[in-house]
Amino acid sequence: MSSIDALFERTRSENRAALVGYLPAGFPSKDLSIRAIETMVDAGVDLVEVGLPYSDPVMDGPTIQAAADVALAGGTRIRDVFDVVKASAATGAPTVVMTYWNPVERYGVERFAADLAAAGGAGLITPDMTPDEAEEWITASTAHELSRVFLVAPSSTDERLAMTAEAASGFVYATAVMGVTGQREQTSNLAPELVARLREVTDKPVGVGLGVSNGAQAHEVAAFSDAVIVGSALVRCLLDHDEPDDALAALRALVADLRAGVER
Amino acid sequence: MTVSPPAQPDARGHFGRFGGRFMPEALIAPLDEITEAWEDAKADPTFTAELARMLREYANVPSPLYEAHRFSEAVGARILLKREDLNHTGAHKIRNVIGQALLAKRLGKPRAIAETGAGQHGVASATACAYLDLDCTVYMGEVDTERQALNVARMRMLGAEVVPVTTGSRTLKDAINEALRDWVSTVDTTHYLFGTAAGPHPFPAMVRDLTRGIGDEARAQSLELLGRLPDVAVACVGGGSNAIGLFTGFVADEQVRLVGIEAGGDGIETGRHAATITGGDIGVLHGARSYLLQDEDGQTLDSHSISAGLDYPGVGPEHAHLAATGRAEYRPATDAQAMSAFELLCRTEGIIPAIESAHALAGAIELAEEMGSDATILVNLSGRGDKDVHTAAQYFGLIEEPVVLDEGTEE
Repeated sequence: MSSIDALFERTRSENRAALVGYLPAGFPSKDLSIRAIETMVDAGVDLVEVGLPYSDPVMDGPTIQAAADVALAGGTRIRDVFDVVKASAATGAPTVVMTYWNPVERYGVERFAADLAAAGGAGLITPDMTPDEAEEWITASTAHELSRVFLVAPSSTDERLAMTAEAASGFVYATAVMGVTGQREQTSNLAPELVARLREVTDKPVGVGLGVSNGAQAHEVAAFSDAVIVGSALVRCLLDHDEPDDALAALRALVADLRAGVER
Repeated sequence: MTVSPPAQPDARGHFGRFGGRFMPEALIAPLDEITEAWEDAKADPTFTAELARMLREYANVPSPLYEAHRFSEAVGARILLKREDLNHTGAHKIRNVIGQALLAKRLGKPRAIAETGAGQHGVASATACAYLDLDCTVYMGEVDTERQALNVARMRMLGAEVVPVTTGSRTLKDAINEALRDWVSTVDTTHYLFGTAAGPHPFPAMVRDLTRGIGDEARAQSLELLGRLPDVAVACVGGGSNAIGLFTGFVADEQVRLVGIEAGGDGIETGRHAATITGGDIGVLHGARSYLLQDEDGQTLDSHSISAGLDYPGVGPEHAHLAATGRAEYRPATDAQAMSAFELLCRTEGIIPAIESAHALAGAIELAEEMGSDATILVNLSGRGDKDVHTAAQYFGLIEEPVVLDEGTEE
């Protein structure tokens, strides 16, 4: 059983949704990104998504773009991402990498999978690669026992929901809105329906992301999903505070609020 | 008007190992919708007749094929120019935008978005949207809005909203990113009027279908004018829409060499260029696998060219395929070579070409040297150079105070 499967078995037995937190590697610096991940796991994040900063992040809104720009300007390389994964996995939380496809293809799909597994990573989330183009990744992820987290969207047809869920492992990532990453005032009214459609075709855990930024929203989303995924709001804590201690304190407080939300 | 069948991508949009769809799942269903709608539209005589009428009455298509006698004499081979510079809005781009705007109407979408680098595709899109009554938003890198202020004004005159993009390198690739972000949020009401033969399936094939009139017309015009086909067909390649439009008409004629000229900038060896096939590597950018300029971690590198229209770090996947199979050749022309060809055409023919098209002319000059005076070389003159007057004037030192002509400049 993979570490992600074990996590969902545990959260289901605790009758709650898992809390998934995203932070980009190398933002605001490599060391601070590691401290931030350790802080958020300590404060209640169950599963960590380490972002691989990329020059052309078409799925991301301004907050995560800004963080990626800082990370790249700071010289973050793929090998640094693996270092961050290693530190994250050492906390005991299952750790996946969220990455656009070209860096993986450039690094070499098999080599990337091998190095990710060696760093203790549990899988990949691929926001711009669907199972249609994933043949090489499916082979490599199978060989290295890595989870393949594919995305589904409100626009996905029933046929594509079934196809994507079949190809996915670990969990299925349901994007709650038609749009890019970023905080939103209200949770999506499209998400419950999407998750319900997904439940018709799969028993795999479903995580819901895009737009969740506080405990109240996390509570709403937890009511119909297996995992609540938070990204931009966490990144915002680090963007808004110049002093590392202030940033980490803000992060800790937000994660505590989110965790209370998924447990309520 | 169909002369030779185009190479069809497979059902998922692959040209050999290139192309495909590397896109967020949210956009897959809309891309499927466009794929199906385009197949239906192409087979619908009402649609094709309407498009042909618009191109004829409004866009001044077909463009003439012109034998450039004095330029031929100067370069030492017979040079034929396909005069896309005489189209409405001054470039081949009108063919693509009228077609896609008409498709947007057919899909019932009241709004179109577009990306633009130099502003030519943005102006063409704003034009087509005014003509066909669509709301239009154009994303343009902030750096480009500054160096292309006159084109920003043109788009706004035509009723388009121009959004300066302040992310990343603030140029064309970032404008595409921002347009994609808009599209994923608005796709129910909005068509993405993609400007070149790149991007996710079906854009490379659809843009090719819409621009192939260039090659089909030129082929028929060559037969009429010469009684035979040219020995070689030459076009500049940025994203590759004018080149694929020209090449498609001749792909089945194996005796016709196809040569794409990429922007060599300061020279490939300097690293400051936009010659994606010549100097780049295989990877994925903006939804398709093709060649691109990237570092060893797969981060996109900035491209460099005196021609804003060729200043793009990617290239359409069908060109990658034509290069891989050897059916077409791709080689660079530097800024200096392009500007020399630009000057020669001005002085021998009284035609000011777009600097993009001047790269194709530079390629033709090199081919003339290699092939000798018996060669007949067809060059796609993809656009006119009015937009480039300031850049060229600065380059040749024809103006003393650059500040005076602070608008309508390339860079």
